[in-house]
Amino acid sequence: MTLDVSITVSRGGEFTLEMSIRIEAGETVALLGPNGAGKSTAVASLAGLLPIDEGRIVLGNRVLDDPAEGVFVPPEEREIGVVFQDYLLFGHLTVAENVAFGLRSQKEEPDAVDAKTAVWLERLSLARLADTKARDLSGGQAQKVALARALIIDPELLLLDEPMAALDATTRVELRRDLGEHLSEFPGPRLLITHDPTEAFLLADEINVIEEGRITQVGSADDIRLRPRTRYIADLAGSNLLVGNASSGVVTVGTHVLHVADTAIGGSVLATIHPRAVSVHRQHPEGSPRNVWKTTIVRIEHFGDRVRLQTGEPLALAVEVTPAAVDALGLELGSDVWLSVKATEIGVEPG
Amino acid sequence: MSRRQPRIAQSRPPIVFSVLAALGVVFFLLPLIGLLVRTPWSDLVSLLASDVVIDALVLSAIASVAAVIISTIVGVPLAWVLARLEFRGRSLVRGLVLAPLVLPPVVGGAALLFALGRRGVVGEPLYDATGLVLPFSIWGVVVAVTFVSMPFLILTVEGALRNMDSRFEGAAASLGAGRWTVFRRVTLPMIGPSLAAGMILTWSRAIGEFGATVTFAGNLQGETQTLPLAVFVALESNRDAAIALSLLMVAISLTVLVLLRDRWLRSL
Repeated sequence: MTLDVSITVSRGGEFTLEMSIRIEAGETVALLGPNGAGKSTAVASLAGLLPIDEGRIVLGNRVLDDPAEGVFVPPEEREIGVVFQDYLLFGHLTVAENVAFGLRSQKEEPDAVDAKTAVWLERLSLARLADTKARDLSGGQAQKVALARALIIDPELLLLDEPMAALDATTRVELRRDLGEHLSEFPGPRLLITHDPTEAFLLADEINVIEEGRITQVGSADDIRLRPRTRYIADLAGSNLLVGNASSGVVTVGTHVLHVADTAIGGSVLATIHPRAVSVHRQHPEGSPRNVWKTTIVRIEHFGDRVRLQTGEPLALAVEVTPAAVDALGLELGSDVWLSVKATEIGVEPG
Repeated sequence: MSRRQPRIAQSRPPIVFSVLAALGVVFFLLPLIGLLVRTPWSDLVSLLASDVVIDALVLSAIASVAAVIISTIVGVPLAWVLARLEFRGRSLVRGLVLAPLVLPPVVGGAALLFALGRRGVVGEPLYDATGLVLPFSIWGVVVAVTFVSMPFLILTVEGALRNMDSRFEGAAASLGAGRWTVFRRVTLPMIGPSLAAGMILTWSRAIGEFGATVTFAGNLQGETQTLPLAVFVALESNRDAAIALSLLMVAISLTVLVLLRDRWLRSL
């Protein structure tokens, strides 16, 4: 099962989305971009709620939309599980009725519907909420119901539209891991639509950055983070995200050790370092920074009033400095430099 | 010195609002008082038990409920079409179906007569084919009452459909629900409160209908004489009966409106 999309969609005359994406079974691809970039248009086109103008959408061996051939499969026959932005649960129905909605609509036997619903409620730890009206749920609970409702119909593609946007920060961290697990259990192609780079970096195998209706960069999290192709992506990718292990104020990332301010946190963590929080020196710096290490510049890129450096072993980092600093320090490709980061500048959260 | 303030925050109306609101209440209360003062309380039961009153009551009940049922069956799809489909002449269609709101009911009744009367454009072939004569029959009453009251249902339901977030319908479709299932299990429950309100408004208009009914269906006791028509006739002949009938209508209307409105608000 592969999703193969190559489409052009116009919306309201002004806006045009042009996008090509291919997702293999078992692969998670993120479509990462700001509001108004065309993400919703992409969701609507794939789900069959908005016919495309040109191109094709092919899922497995079925053509879902191809205006040139006159093919258009309506949404109810597409077999795409969608977790919509804001979840769009049916507030007048209970949790169990929401989850059972797809199977009931497809006229499955009531006994079979009940049995499958019970399984999915159990799988997402929703059993005790079965009789709660969907309108009375918290954001985190609603997300799980939306996920169960989409997965129970055994779809061929899983489409997640901003699945975390409606959650508060604490819940988001908790549910991100759960969502990752559910994604990896889904056998078909998965498309994650998001504006949050962290979400994309952590959940997706490949990231497609979308800006103003065009895909501007495709690559792994490291490609996007370390080698951003546009100013926007450099800003969007923002912080360096490092996955490591924490214990008593020390985070180990690969072979490198970072000192952090948070001494309480332990276990698997996500450390963030803003590119502008890193200082660059030609000699070993004086003073108090706890984190000082020697490295090499492996890439230099100019983005208007700032310069983005990528450093090599032992820790690939994106570092931003001014053009003046580049001149003053005589930085060029292959320069040996010392980097320093204050422990307080490194954000740490459970990852 | 500080004045004691109520502990519960309550919005405080401008003084002029309080005065005008009170004036409004008095305006609606006065006619009711007038009616109650003149009511022949001792003869009330015998007045209300007369054939004229019973006949009119039964007819009004049947016609108004029939109007609500027909308006719902036809009006909801019509409202859906007006709210969701874009087609040439949509404004024209909307204007047409809402015209009875502003048209004098007598004009509506006359128009119905020219179209559906014994000699009417449609009425004549209808009579030739089936022998059915709409005017001066209970069917005529139902047609006249539905004609003037259905626009209320269409207006309310169309507004609700427009305000509804149609993304929910898309979500239902993505789960495999066909169009009818989407409507029945998602759209209808979501517009439920507005539909109920529309039905109440439709019924309110239907129960009080006078002009179109008297013009199209006539004023035959036991055949086409609804409560408002009976009141009008009684005013000329038997003032006490007119008052009793009026009181009856006030009682029915208030009871239904208060009961249904409570129910409808609770369901929100």
